[in-house]
Amino acid sequence: MFERIVEIYPELLTALGQTFTMIAVAIPLAIAGGTPLGILLYLWGPDGLSPRPKVHKVLDTAVNIARSFPFLILLIAIIPFTRLLVGTTIGTAAVIVPLTINAVPYFARFVEQNLTQLGQGTVEAALAMGAKHRQVISHVLLVDAIPALVGSVTIMTVSFISYSAMAGLVGGGGIGDFAIRYGYYRYETPLMVLAILLMIALVSLVQVSGSRLSRALDKR
Amino acid sequence: MIQLDNVSVSYGRGEREFCAVKDVSLHVPKSSIQGIIGFSGAGKSTLLRSINLLERPSAGRILIDGTDLTILNPAQLREARHNIGMIFQHFNLVNNLTVRKNVELALKFAGVSRAFRKEKARQALEIVDLASKENAYPGQLSGGQKQRVAIARALAPQPQILLCDEPTSAVDPRTTGSILQYLKDINTEFGITTVLVTHEMNVVKALADEIAILEGGALVEQVSTKDIRRKNFIPTSDIGAYLLDDSIRLNPTVELAASEPVQSVEELHHV
Repeated sequence: MFERIVEIYPELLTALGQTFTMIAVAIPLAIAGGTPLGILLYLWGPDGLSPRPKVHKVLDTAVNIARSFPFLILLIAIIPFTRLLVGTTIGTAAVIVPLTINAVPYFARFVEQNLTQLGQGTVEAALAMGAKHRQVISHVLLVDAIPALVGSVTIMTVSFISYSAMAGLVGGGGIGDFAIRYGYYRYETPLMVLAILLMIALVSLVQVSGSRLSRALDKR
Repeated sequence: MIQLDNVSVSYGRGEREFCAVKDVSLHVPKSSIQGIIGFSGAGKSTLLRSINLLERPSAGRILIDGTDLTILNPAQLREARHNIGMIFQHFNLVNNLTVRKNVELALKFAGVSRAFRKEKARQALEIVDLASKENAYPGQLSGGQKQRVAIARALAPQPQILLCDEPTSAVDPRTTGSILQYLKDINTEFGITTVLVTHEMNVVKALADEIAILEGGALVEQVSTKDIRRKNFIPTSDIGAYLLDDSIRLNPTVELAASEPVQSVEELHHV
């Protein structure tokens, strides 16, 4: 068994690298896209700074629709779009597209929720001080929401490590794909166990460091 | 100087319309302290919040030194708000910023350039004797200290008006007196026009020059603290009668508050 692991080691390493790439690209993109989207959801929402019920409804519905797709279906459904964007429908780059598309509205909801939960108090204080809406968001709301947002990024990363396992379907690779190919299709249970252990280690690492960072940033 | 002309604030429309403030007119002279008292739901906070347009009146005018705030555009309103400090029952500090950064925020919003903010924030914190806590986070402070930071934050841009929304209702009774003392001193030293909303009889009597009594959103009585003290006043409302009767306390915590610190302010008033 040990020899088999040594033999498969390079491939395992490649798989880990692929998982890492998928997460390292998709998560920052999701934060970059989801944060402004979440801010708009909050801003125009019923408890927001400048409620715009109709525009909010449209945005809210769009986010719900995007969030309704099971990842596996989304992966397939947007194949033409993926080809248009990255020029291929297979491989790691091709998986990053649906991962990001799924993660953006996912994170937007987190942002919206975290901002809404802060309550009206500091917002009112800032408005009373003559702050612009933009300043209220950047200097008050986001500052107080940062610990919660770090927590949300952690949850999202853990979820998407697991989603990335479906990448195998389009030849995206990754550690989950490794487990399916060797553990399931080739009945090499020890390799499946090994892959699962690696996933557990990866998820634990993300969760523990995310929680620590969130706590360190929270000055309440 | 603050002048409220026939101010009404209502929510909702048609049958579900609810009028929180009904046709209130009030004149607050420069450098005076105006108390607003009433039972909960009397509309006193709403009235206060209409002064800086946190609640936009559905009718009436809000005149600050002759300028009607209700007709200003958003940029002009922000400018006007730099001249109106406000403190709240629950302090409303930004928890993830240090004490000094909280005060600097008000200066930033008021357009004070970066170079001056630190120094001005320190000066404001010195007024409330919290300069030593400038690097602490609000979470490390007591309720009374948090309210003092909020006072420093409100004062930092050197406003002419200070609005106080139940400033002592969330601090423990022993601290109430100290907060009131700071507000009194600030009024004396800077001549800042102060409007104080509270449901605590002793608080309003200790601090205010004039007391407006609200009931069901309407201004039912206006009396000077001097006249109350001289018993030179025939009350027409329940609260008016309570104000006159020293033995009646509406809120049990006020009794505690009255024990020593608040009375020290009252003594100060007598001098």
